[in-house]
Amino acid sequence: MRTYIIRRFLLIIPTLFLVTIIVFLSVRFVPGSLVELMVSDRYRESDVSREEMVAMVRQQLGLDVPLWKQYLRWLGIWPQKDGAFSGVFEGDLGKSLWSQRAIRDEIFKRIPISLELGIMAIITALLVAFPIGIYSAIRQDTIGDYGGRSFAILCIGVPSFWLATMIFVFPSKWFHWTPPVMYYPITQDLWANLKQFIIPGILMGMAMSGTTMRMTRTMMLEVLRQDYIRTAWSKGLRESVVVVRHALKNAMIPVITIIGLQLPILIGGSVIMEQIFVLPGMGRLMLDALSARDYPVVSGVNLVMGSAILVINLLVDLTYAWLDPRIRYR
Amino acid sequence: MAEGTTELGIGALTKEKRRSFLADLFIRLVREKPLGTVGAVIVLLLLLAGIFANWLAPYGYNEVWVGPKLGPTTVHFWLGTDNLGRDQLSRVIYGARISMFVGLGVSAIGVILNAIIGLVSGFLGGATDLIIQRFVDAWMCFPGIFIILTVMAILGPGVPQMIIVLGVLYGITGSRTIRSAVIAVKENVYVEAAKAIGCPTWRILIRHLLPNIMAPLIIIFTVSIGGAILTESSVSFLGYGIPPPIPSWGGMLSQGRLDMFQAPWLAVWPGLALAIVVYGINMFGDALRDLLDPRLRGGLGRYSGRRLSKQLSRRKPVDK
Repeated sequence: MRTYIIRRFLLIIPTLFLVTIIVFLSVRFVPGSLVELMVSDRYRESDVSREEMVAMVRQQLGLDVPLWKQYLRWLGIWPQKDGAFSGVFEGDLGKSLWSQRAIRDEIFKRIPISLELGIMAIITALLVAFPIGIYSAIRQDTIGDYGGRSFAILCIGVPSFWLATMIFVFPSKWFHWTPPVMYYPITQDLWANLKQFIIPGILMGMAMSGTTMRMTRTMMLEVLRQDYIRTAWSKGLRESVVVVRHALKNAMIPVITIIGLQLPILIGGSVIMEQIFVLPGMGRLMLDALSARDYPVVSGVNLVMGSAILVINLLVDLTYAWLDPRIRYR
Repeated sequence: MAEGTTELGIGALTKEKRRSFLADLFIRLVREKPLGTVGAVIVLLLLLAGIFANWLAPYGYNEVWVGPKLGPTTVHFWLGTDNLGRDQLSRVIYGARISMFVGLGVSAIGVILNAIIGLVSGFLGGATDLIIQRFVDAWMCFPGIFIILTVMAILGPGVPQMIIVLGVLYGITGSRTIRSAVIAVKENVYVEAAKAIGCPTWRILIRHLLPNIMAPLIIIFTVSIGGAILTESSVSFLGYGIPPPIPSWGGMLSQGRLDMFQAPWLAVWPGLALAIVVYGINMFGDALRDLLDPRLRGGLGRYSGRRLSKQLSRRKPVDK
């Protein structure tokens, strides 16, 4: 197990390094328009010529040095202009271009909101996916199975942002009720907070439950044909015991991986849900930064998201290996 | 003479037995997969609506003030009219064309990239594989929508950008599956034989490996159409995908959301169209996967719980 953990950690280092390169380059391709924007924003209130202004802005943004030096400075392994090391390695993601606030603080403020949404979604997904998936498997090719499978595909196919819009439209028409859109922190008013998070949480969970449900069904079907299940039956055990104690435990392992792999999709969904339900989470931060062309913030959010998913997937893999010894010795 | 007839006879026999691959697939789809057939019909309807949008739509997609502002369903405007008095039905039909372009374009680019990356990485193996796979790892740990939003914000909204960005995204993500298929196929003796007679690598890749990974490629192609259409509409919904006068379902929903209290139908129809199309494509893709690649179905035979085990325990021992 220890060598497996070490190997996985070593493999994560080059990946993390590539993540930083992708994050850095993705916004660096177009600073031209940004410089123009900032110049025209400040041009009027100063008496310098336009060319000088462009040069000043470029220098202020750190665009006056070659690309590799910009990258190393951003990472924090090359000294900044004032000689100090401040970058990703030091935990400093820079400042927002417009508000001048530290990006790290801004992100930390918003992580709990996206996290709460994500946890609610996962709980919903599991509550829906496991019972239906298991039922579908133990009653294969019955009406119930067909219904369950159609429901799973429906969950995958129906766009959650459409459902979210419908939840605003029809209840307000029929019952004069609209989902709450005023944000309350969880520490301030737990009940109001939950009332606001529950609908987007459930909608995100629905989208996720489809894939999980199908995976649960497939894995259960596979496990239910194993010899040890036949042994359990011939011992005369009740069906509930066979299914829950003997089959489910073994079917769960790959399902955990699927849940881990779905996290990027889940986070993607949170962007839209945060937008529709006016929740100030990471997705909102990203959208606001994009529309303001605040590229350092965009990089910061992308980096945090990318590394978070990388680490979570590592944890999922380690859990997998811990649960199933066969993986470790491959 | 006798020889001639035998030859003819064999020819006729094999001809009858070897129905074309597509016809065979079609017959099996209709016979074995009722839900898949429904999906196939939906896909066909999408294609027809997309191709013949000019003839089907009663008005142009950007023909303003043909009806009242935010008008409800009437005899002339089946699905009502939007904030600029445009016919919603026409826009939904033209939206099918956009979805068709996006779906097929993205899947085509995606599958080509999948094949290239998967073949090279899987067949060459070693250091090349290790390096390529770390890139794929790094790429896959981003939430897709964040990359798309970032790149689209930079490139500016538009149909070609959208297709290319999504295509690259799907191309890299799906390459994992193709890579494992290649690794499984390359152990076959015919690949070794090809190597032994001195085939150049590119020839092995294209003539020997590519035809044998067609099944997963076709499956990925079908499945990514639905995903691509869904992602495109989410991005357009957020305002970074396909710009307004072009009728993308996601974009229409986003506009409809602004007028949703006066004219709820504007938000209902594009979303419903989207849901039905994605549902159909997924159903079709699922059926196709079962028909083309039974190994991916998982498991052998069927489980019938208690009955089976009772039968088994009642069965008399064969050897004594």
